[in-house]
Amino acid sequence: MNFIKEFWNFLKIRKKFWLLPIIIVLVIFGGLIVLSQGSAVAPFIYAIF
Amino acid sequence: MGISAFYHDSAAAMIKDGEIIAAAQEERFTRKKHDSGYPYNAVNFVLKFAKIKLNEVDHIVFYEKPFLKFERLLETYVAFAPKGFKSFAKAMPIWLREKLFQKKLIIDYLKSHDDNFKDEKKILFSEHHLSHAASAFYPSPFKNAIILTADGVGEWATTTVAIGNKNNLEIKKELHFPHSLGLLYSAFTYYAGFKVNSGEYKLMGLAPYGKPKYTNLILNNLIDLKEDGTFMLDQKYFNYSTGLTMTNENFNILFGQPVRKPETDKITQFHMDIAASIQEVTEKIMLMLTKSLRKEYKIPNLCLAGGVALNCVANGKILKEKIFENVWVQPAAGDAGGSLGAALAYWHIDLQKERKNIENDNMKGSYLGNYFTEGEIEKTLMEIDADFKLMTEDDLIEKTASEISKGKAIGWFQGRMEFGPRALGNRSILGDPRSDKMQKNLNLKVKYRESFRPFAPSVLNENVSDWFEINTDSPYMLFVADVKKEKTLKMSDDQKSLFGIDLLNIKRSEIPAVTHVDYSARIQTVYEDTNKKYYKLIKKFKELTNCPVLINTSFNIRGEPIVNTPLEAFNCFMGTELDALVIGNYYLEKEKQNINLKKDYSDQFELD
Repeated sequence: MNFIKEFWNFLKIRKKFWLLPIIIVLVIFGGLIVLSQGSAVAPFIYAIF
Repeated sequence: MGISAFYHDSAAAMIKDGEIIAAAQEERFTRKKHDSGYPYNAVNFVLKFAKIKLNEVDHIVFYEKPFLKFERLLETYVAFAPKGFKSFAKAMPIWLREKLFQKKLIIDYLKSHDDNFKDEKKILFSEHHLSHAASAFYPSPFKNAIILTADGVGEWATTTVAIGNKNNLEIKKELHFPHSLGLLYSAFTYYAGFKVNSGEYKLMGLAPYGKPKYTNLILNNLIDLKEDGTFMLDQKYFNYSTGLTMTNENFNILFGQPVRKPETDKITQFHMDIAASIQEVTEKIMLMLTKSLRKEYKIPNLCLAGGVALNCVANGKILKEKIFENVWVQPAAGDAGGSLGAALAYWHIDLQKERKNIENDNMKGSYLGNYFTEGEIEKTLMEIDADFKLMTEDDLIEKTASEISKGKAIGWFQGRMEFGPRALGNRSILGDPRSDKMQKNLNLKVKYRESFRPFAPSVLNENVSDWFEINTDSPYMLFVADVKKEKTLKMSDDQKSLFGIDLLNIKRSEIPAVTHVDYSARIQTVYEDTNKKYYKLIKKFKELTNCPVLINTSFNIRGEPIVNTPLEAFNCFMGTELDALVIGNYYLEKEKQNINLKKDYSDQFELD
């Protein structure tokens, strides 16, 4: 719960509400990927991690 | 307490009433180079050193903001969609499972140090580049300064300009992802077949063997460089925003060769020319940036941090051009230093605390790590059945200096470990710079690394301008300057016709082992007040040889983090062709050790 509150505040302060629909879609998408995957081994990509 | 973690080079730092007490990188404890995990051991160390429990720490500051990073990630995927799905599919699970909940993760980890730790409000988050800027400004000897930070990428920023005045620090301008000087350099590191995030040093070391043939190709195609040094990178040639590599096929076509495979492909003149070209471009950008900042703000002092600030060749050029009156570089300029910066930023900016001792360098020579008492050292040596001799400090220094002057390679382990990537005379391998075989021997028989890689000199501060074209302090080995003309040797016509790696065999100066093929050297000036024992050793060496310079390379082999404990020092000593080991006032000779203690050492670490 705390996390959602903090994330909401973050979107508010950054004025990034337009990201919200994308986030929801991405989270669902990402959630599916998480569920369909056994492990989350990080590949080495400089910019992302 | 400041913490940097979960990216690369995790570290922890402790400040008390504004004074830097202790700082260390996690890799030194876990023996995993560039360890990115939670810095459990480093946190334990700084707590122990400060003699407090976690619950007694007032504020714990993480060096960057995970939400902002996530925002960048999402916006980048949106901007490039549908390209980048593969990368998205790999990145999302990690973010959704772990990285997005970093605060909780950090709290959980912190609780493992102290069950009584409950006050989650103590945990705060700084910004990546603000942490870098704070690490560069607050310990510097300047009341006011321009702070330039440049690295791969933080949250959004890749390059920032800040103005520091007393305890205030304000970021004025930023360049944002994907336009990044650090990532540009890393792209070429990757292209030349070296590891991103650790091989950048090799590319810089390789550059003097080549000719900058591709500079114009880079400037005309990859970068839109403006007069003030700001730039944009043409993403047509790169793949780091959405892919799993740094560069793409267009990049290969532009330069005419595929990415070098380190296992099978040799380093050729082409790679040396590529290295020389990107190095020249980097220097050009840094010079343009610093010149425009000097003109705009009219402040005579410059502080540097971020991974690009570890490019000591570019730093040396900034110094040489005399753009600023004074330049100071944070010795832990990479992400490890972010832990220190995060703590300092909160102390001085949020809590509005005044800076003390403002006229002096407050990094304590960067000797901020672990140390071992005489009793602890002796106990270790007894346990492993080593043959050793306890000497008085004067005798030890006399003996060590004399052995170095006879061409011996010595492991030198003293006092507190250095914070940052460089060994500065407390966890070092030392040798005689006058020997023309030393560079090759040390590279191949002691460090087990590529023969082209140069070694750095440590020089008594008062003698630096007699031997090198520099007259300022360089305590952290972060400036490169030429060896003084009088000390160099003229090349014959035959030698002049050589190029590439063949240049390595030419004796170029009176101190050939620390003179790179372009007559440059990465200098460390040594001071009596920050490292008395090391100072005395070099002074004794000067008495014996008339040369106030020693070779100083980090005490490790290729792929290994710098040794942290006497046991690791002993293992490295026995696993390599080091001739002697000095730990505190204990002197160990290779010949006298039990042969059975010798271990095959070089295979233990993954090559970098």
